[in-house]
Amino acid sequence: MIATLGVPKRKRVREALAHASGDKRFKILEAHMKKYQHRHDALIEILHKAQELFGYLEDDLLLFVAHRLRLPPSRVYGVATFYHFFRLKPKGEHTCVVCMGTACYVKGADKILAAIERFAGVRAGETTPDGRVSVLTARCIGACGIAPAVVYDGNVAPHQTPDSAVATIQTWMSHGS
Amino acid sequence: MDLNQLLAIKEKELASRKPYTLRVCTAAGCLSAGSDQVKKQLERAVAEAGLSEQVEVRCVGCLRLCCQGPLVHVDPVNELYQKVGPETAPALLERVRGGAPPLEKGDLQHPFFTRQFSIVLANSGVVDPERIESYIAADGYRALHDAVIEMEPREVIQAVMASGLRGRGGAGFPTGLKWSTVAKSGGARKYVVCNADEGDPGAFMDRSVLESDPHSVLEGMAIAAYAVGAEQGFIYVRAEYPLAIRRLRMAIEQARRLGILGSGIFGSPLNFNVELRIGAGAFVCGEETALMASIEGRRGTPRPRPPFPAESGLWGCPTLINNVETFANVPAILRNGAEWFASIGTEKSKGTKVFALAGRVKNTGLIEVPMGTTLRTIVEEMGGGAPGGARIKAVQTGGPSGGCVPAELMDVEVDYESLTRLGSIMGSGGMIVMDETTDMVDVARFFMEFCKDESCGKCIPCRAGTVQMYGLLTKILEGRATARDLATLEELCDMVKHTSLCGLGQTAPNPVLSTLRFFRHEYERRLRPERHVASAVQPVTG
Repeated sequence: MIATLGVPKRKRVREALAHASGDKRFKILEAHMKKYQHRHDALIEILHKAQELFGYLEDDLLLFVAHRLRLPPSRVYGVATFYHFFRLKPKGEHTCVVCMGTACYVKGADKILAAIERFAGVRAGETTPDGRVSVLTARCIGACGIAPAVVYDGNVAPHQTPDSAVATIQTWMSHGS
Repeated sequence: MDLNQLLAIKEKELASRKPYTLRVCTAAGCLSAGSDQVKKQLERAVAEAGLSEQVEVRCVGCLRLCCQGPLVHVDPVNELYQKVGPETAPALLERVRGGAPPLEKGDLQHPFFTRQFSIVLANSGVVDPERIESYIAADGYRALHDAVIEMEPREVIQAVMASGLRGRGGAGFPTGLKWSTVAKSGGARKYVVCNADEGDPGAFMDRSVLESDPHSVLEGMAIAAYAVGAEQGFIYVRAEYPLAIRRLRMAIEQARRLGILGSGIFGSPLNFNVELRIGAGAFVCGEETALMASIEGRRGTPRPRPPFPAESGLWGCPTLINNVETFANVPAILRNGAEWFASIGTEKSKGTKVFALAGRVKNTGLIEVPMGTTLRTIVEEMGGGAPGGARIKAVQTGGPSGGCVPAELMDVEVDYESLTRLGSIMGSGGMIVMDETTDMVDVARFFMEFCKDESCGKCIPCRAGTVQMYGLLTKILEGRATARDLATLEELCDMVKHTSLCGLGQTAPNPVLSTLRFFRHEYERRLRPERHVASAVQPVTG
């Protein structure tokens, strides 16, 4: 959004709306806003839906939400950047979330993360250059009874080791190449 | 919906029970180990064997011993089978036929199970969390009915006060007092909020309650709404708990369809609706003023108190905020009476507490014990000590706001006051066991990194202080620090603790302070000697 500061606001919003026309996902998003009667307090709910539909929150999408909810873009951008759950950049084809909660940590989650980072060649929070794998960390996924846990594409895997984690990532990275 | 209809649902549900019940745990822990497949295979095997009339396969919530999942409990023989795989599951039908299945059997006589006392988790692992009828069959919503039909709001508050229930979110504020403050506050609109933003790493009690028995939380909230005069409720759940969110949505929908939520509940003047709000990954939102900001769709930054939410909360209206476990206690208190509840626990901490036992301990999982149970009982008897016979070094309670209790002091009785005296806190109930392999300075730095990342940035002591403390801890850990750095760290701890705006900053130094108190040698042995700076003024001689 910083990059667009130089462009006059009205023109920028017009561009964002033009971008939105013709994409079915925007229609779904608008229906969702309607469900909440365009209430300002539903902003977080709407951003959740937007991220679910688009995968991440790009500038035009945030402008679109701001325009439709009649909120200043600064407010929408402020909320989107405050919460860890919202992503402003696209994520990889596969995601691997290493839980770094206390129980996982004392059972060696840091070693698992280090092994994954070394293997994929990216740091936590980044995506491999080929866009195949995103490596992320979570504060605690509440699966402490089966620590250390790693979430592969939304599925929680119990009792992980550096080797088992790397093996899973390997299948993703070699697949199709 | 009236009492007769409620009883009819119960009767019908009980009449449909079959001689054998296979209760399959489908809480997040077992689910990740594949319990949904176990359930599918069991259902298929039952159908193939033509035992549909004899055997019911029921999805239930947490069966407690998460480390041995997937778990299946067989009724009425009262046997627990662990590590049941989708391939081995059909063998369980052997038990129904009178044989012995070749599966690992759990020891239900182990202190892990026998020492438990279930109030909040009474339905967990018994009822099907996705069917309201199952909850009603376990006397669910009866307490709500009796409250709105037979009791005055003031009597409900009286009962909660007499029970001695205190907030289970960690601070331990008397629940009855909070309710009466909200009830006394004027204003046409009031709100009831359930804080399900369980952010402490290493805590999964609230998640388990929501996944295993969502209706008990809804019932507790509805009773609270009647007591304080609110019509709208919110449940604020973490986005990291997708299963809990799904089951809550389902529960709200089912209750609404039966008229247990909505207008004129049980024919009384009570109207109450519940809306779900999904968090977006901010630890600070567990703080009540930040949580309210987030519900209003803003950045989750806290504000100074007073005014307290009980007087001016959501959109400036009086708001009652309680934790998941607190609400889940309420129906049981009304059902069994305040005296019954007050007879459990210690003098100042009544009832039970749910703990998430994890870390370097043999039996990890969910436990509920009466207040006043010693840490040693929990960790050594129930938890079975550290795996591989290692020596336990400390127990961490209260997450990033809490502290580490050293092994020598494990005879402490677990209640709000005793843990505070030891520099830790009860917290929401996370309990992480650490053995000799755990480095305490590293643990302190782990929590400081957490607080540094999660600081919302509104007040300077927390925003800048946590960064400085993290830097100093790293320096100590890498052996680059001197005694002077340690002194600075202690000074910073004191400053951040006393000058931060909200609970996050005020408690952020706790892990450092408590490890310094009991494991100071681990810090000191890493310090390097002070470098002697040549004095600028040379003594004049001659």
